[in-house]
Amino acid sequence: MSVSVRKTYKLYVGGKFPRSESGRVFQPAGNEAVNVARGSRKDLRDAIGAARKGLATWSGSAAYLRGQILYRIAEMLASRRDGMVQELRLGGLTPAAAQKELDNAIALTIWYAGLCDKALSLLGSQNAVQGPFFNFSTIEPTGVIGVIAPDKPALVGTLALLLPLLVGGNSVVALVSSHAPFAGLALGEVLAASDVPAGAVNLLSGHRDELAKEFAKHRDIDGLLVSGPPDAELTEAAADNVKRVRFCNLSSAAWSKVERLRSLSWVEPFVETKTLWHPVAP
Amino acid sequence: MAKTDNKTSVPKRRANNGKLSFGGKWQYAKAPESTDHVAIEDRYGLFIGGAWVRPKSGKYFATINPATEKKIAEVAQANKKDVDAAVQAAKKALPAWRKLSGDDRARFLFRIARILQERAREFAVLETLDNGKPIKETRDVDVPLAAQHFFYHAGWADKLELLFPGEKPEPVGVVGQIIPWNFPLLMAAWKIAPALAAGNTVVIKPAETSPLTALRLCEVFEQAELPAGVVNVVTGDGSTGAALVRHPDLNKVAFTGSTEVGKEIQKAVAGRSVDLTLELGGKAAHLVFEDAALDQAVEGVVRGIFFNQGHVCCAGSRLIVQESVHDLFVRKLQRRMARIRVGDPLDKNTDMGAIHSSEQLMRIRGLVQSGVDEGAVLFQPKCALPKNGFWFVPSMFTGVTQSHRISREEIFGPVLSVSTFRTPEEAVKKANDTSYGLSAGIWTDKGARILWVASRIRAGIVWNNTFNLFDAASPFGGYQESGFGREGGRQGLRAYVKLRSGLLPG
Repeated sequence: MSVSVRKTYKLYVGGKFPRSESGRVFQPAGNEAVNVARGSRKDLRDAIGAARKGLATWSGSAAYLRGQILYRIAEMLASRRDGMVQELRLGGLTPAAAQKELDNAIALTIWYAGLCDKALSLLGSQNAVQGPFFNFSTIEPTGVIGVIAPDKPALVGTLALLLPLLVGGNSVVALVSSHAPFAGLALGEVLAASDVPAGAVNLLSGHRDELAKEFAKHRDIDGLLVSGPPDAELTEAAADNVKRVRFCNLSSAAWSKVERLRSLSWVEPFVETKTLWHPVAP
Repeated sequence: MAKTDNKTSVPKRRANNGKLSFGGKWQYAKAPESTDHVAIEDRYGLFIGGAWVRPKSGKYFATINPATEKKIAEVAQANKKDVDAAVQAAKKALPAWRKLSGDDRARFLFRIARILQERAREFAVLETLDNGKPIKETRDVDVPLAAQHFFYHAGWADKLELLFPGEKPEPVGVVGQIIPWNFPLLMAAWKIAPALAAGNTVVIKPAETSPLTALRLCEVFEQAELPAGVVNVVTGDGSTGAALVRHPDLNKVAFTGSTEVGKEIQKAVAGRSVDLTLELGGKAAHLVFEDAALDQAVEGVVRGIFFNQGHVCCAGSRLIVQESVHDLFVRKLQRRMARIRVGDPLDKNTDMGAIHSSEQLMRIRGLVQSGVDEGAVLFQPKCALPKNGFWFVPSMFTGVTQSHRISREEIFGPVLSVSTFRTPEEAVKKANDTSYGLSAGIWTDKGARILWVASRIRAGIVWNNTFNLFDAASPFGGYQESGFGREGGRQGLRAYVKLRSGLLPG
């Protein structure tokens, strides 16, 4: 038997896989032999810069194209089943649980892929105003959104928060599970192979306690989607630039039900309604 | 090419530079709206639990007419205990109101809309007295729109299941609302109507300096026999609002006002699972391209910045004109501005009324002074202003740069700043050079350009070849630091319901 080849767990920023600029690593509990990049405030800043560039590409893409790219993510997850299951098992799941979570991840991704070119019809409107005016409301992405993913489920937790934001045309900087960052970081490899434009999604690993408040404070983040119960400290910091803030506080049972994780109402808080008026005249 | 005789082929410029002059002989006769049909109490209490009550604070303060500085009436200063009484009344009224059928909630709202229409003249006069805005506007804009908001939302009350695909919307609960002084009745209507339609109960705080029409609205609720406690009105200063947003029994807060206070409110409700909508300040770009119908654009720009004395969060305060037509457009604007009639708000010919308060007048003066100090060129037409009251001449700055305070800070007054652009890309860049994002205006004859520019401007409302139009069916609200949530339309009502699958508020 030959010596196994290990993987270095790195960040995913601007379509590349850098180590933390800080040079720091951490060893997740139960995997003391694995050194995972420990993202810093500077890494976050770099990721936000990348996300600002990715926003233009992603939101400028046709909804049909975005739908196809999200579907491609599902294809890549399916075709890398063995590898992804292994990442999930590294996070402590049994083989059966890992298979189940991957199935859920694929199902979730396909559902949101098909929503891309419907969200505008469902959330926008033409409005019956008085007078000779054509008036309609369209939706646009809020911008760069920060995501703090739950510790568990490591893959579905990240995807469930990420996908509705991508449907809305936003770009994302996500902090993946601190407890089991493997599947979350491996998701970056899937995204890179799925034609997701560089910077549209950026994944960081590190300590939630250290980084969550930096997400909340940063003025170039437009919205914040955080797993867990409402956290006053984060919202207070986020108010500095009037960020849109939502929390996703689900039981582990809810996290394992795909139906609970797919909703147009998760897209809505991170899109902006823009209403246009124009006179009607001969 | 043959030589031509310039002397005969070029028409002579008229000596008066194209201006019409009637030698002061065609003045408008006075046309004041009568006020004798509007009975005003000397003193108003708080409207809590369907009754007029004296404030526990025991304190009252005066509200004045900004056009005369004369006291109109005294209103109650609600303190923490008063606010608590109002919230408890709303909480008590909630179970029955949310259980009431949508059909019946609709009928109450339809009644309110009808009564407002019937008493429209009275409301228009009272609003003009308390606010200082011209009767022309209260009569044609504020009051009819307020009635429309009740009528529009009445029709939603029995159709909530149509609001959001696949959801059964539920009321949020007790809603605390804080509204500003620039559209006192209209703001009250567009806060209260959707809240009630969705089955919520309300505690609303009108602005300190313009409380009278919200209080009169309570008389409408009484006439409509709206159940006690469904709407409660607490008057007072900023401390009343602070007590309201910090009350632990609120389920939602809706605020319209400054960005500064909006941020404080977002912090105040943090971590409490309180739904929040914020409609905050703005610094709208008003873009005029060289191919626009310039005379119409002049009217639009005037409407954009001088409507309601410029006390409008979505006012088109930053005019950005294509360089090739800048000089011509500015000349046309100057000529038009000289014809804006400033004066008695009750006069039906008045275009611009009084500045709402001395405090606001000071702020406008301060910012205008900063514009002069920073090197912009001020234009103000000759304009006779009344002796008493708070007044400001319609003003325009040219030669304004992006870094001037007058192009960054919300003036909330009749002051326009003018700068230029060369390409559509530059126009978009300048328009977006702000932390606000409430509204924008675009004037061009090219349809494709309108859609191209409009889709690149970060703002919640984009008026194209028009400006400052409002409708209950049209969602209103901002991007970025102009706040979040919409008011009006399906999207506006959405902010007053809870969805079972939804994410939690911050």
